[in-house]
Amino acid sequence: MDCIELVELITDYLEGTLPHHDRERFNAHLSECPYCVIYVDQMRATLGALGAIPAESISDAAKQTLLHAFREWKRG
Amino acid sequence: MVVNREIDEGSLIARLHDGDESAFVVLVDRYHHAMIRVARGFVRDEATAEDVVQESWLGVLNGLAAFEGRSSLKSWIFAIVINRAKTRATREGRSTPFSSLVSLETSGREAAVAPDRFLDATAKWPGHWAQPPVAGGDDPEARLLRSETMAQLRRIVDDLPPAQRTVITLRDIAGQDAESICNALGVSETNMRVLLHRARSKVRGRLERYLADTEEAARS
Repeated sequence: MDCIELVELITDYLEGTLPHHDRERFNAHLSECPYCVIYVDQMRATLGALGAIPAESISDAAKQTLLHAFREWKRG
Repeated sequence: MVVNREIDEGSLIARLHDGDESAFVVLVDRYHHAMIRVARGFVRDEATAEDVVQESWLGVLNGLAAFEGRSSLKSWIFAIVINRAKTRATREGRSTPFSSLVSLETSGREAAVAPDRFLDATAKWPGHWAQPPVAGGDDPEARLLRSETMAQLRRIVDDLPPAQRTVITLRDIAGQDAESICNALGVSETNMRVLLHRARSKVRGRLERYLADTEEAARS
């Protein structure tokens, strides 16, 4: 495996959908390529950051409309 | 509070059934914006997406009694949004249905990393890095989690092509499993992964550039 192939297989690798044989080739490449190790680390860090995006605060108006709907729903 | 941290859905559902407003607020605070981002992949503008999401919350409340917990509450909520957004898009006669966006955004070849960052066929090691990625400084994680970086990350996601934005929002921001996403969107697993791969690769690349630029600005 070379680096240009690895960057195309990374999603299957991280999603656990890479066939066994390719997974072994992927790991073998990582064991000898420090640059691709950085690449995989960066991708993992990117996914970590995406998962850590704080929930944005919702506008007061939108929230009030929803709370009103909730109270209406509660009244049944 | 982040969108994809696991919450105790069981107790939340029980509290909702009891009419506990604070339980509803927890859900709204957590998912509302991710829902808008997802809806935005289907309808023509932000205002319509917000409208679809408001309507979806009513759908959630009204469907709650019938919710059987066969999927997670989160998957169920996002499935409602996707359904309503699709219906709205059809009603509006939006020119590009989601399935066309998927075909468009999965077609052709798209390099995860610019090909000129790799050595060409004449080199001793063709296909290996010519301009390799650079490891982040002392504490790359802390840098990523800074609020400016988070704001930039949000802009990067917003700028993605719509189907890619929808998939990465569901998978990586909201933390849904791949199967629920395929079912809700009606896309094959293969196409879902192509969209996810293209989205993630772009986000990593743009984040890399942003971090390099801000580092350079800080040095000069």
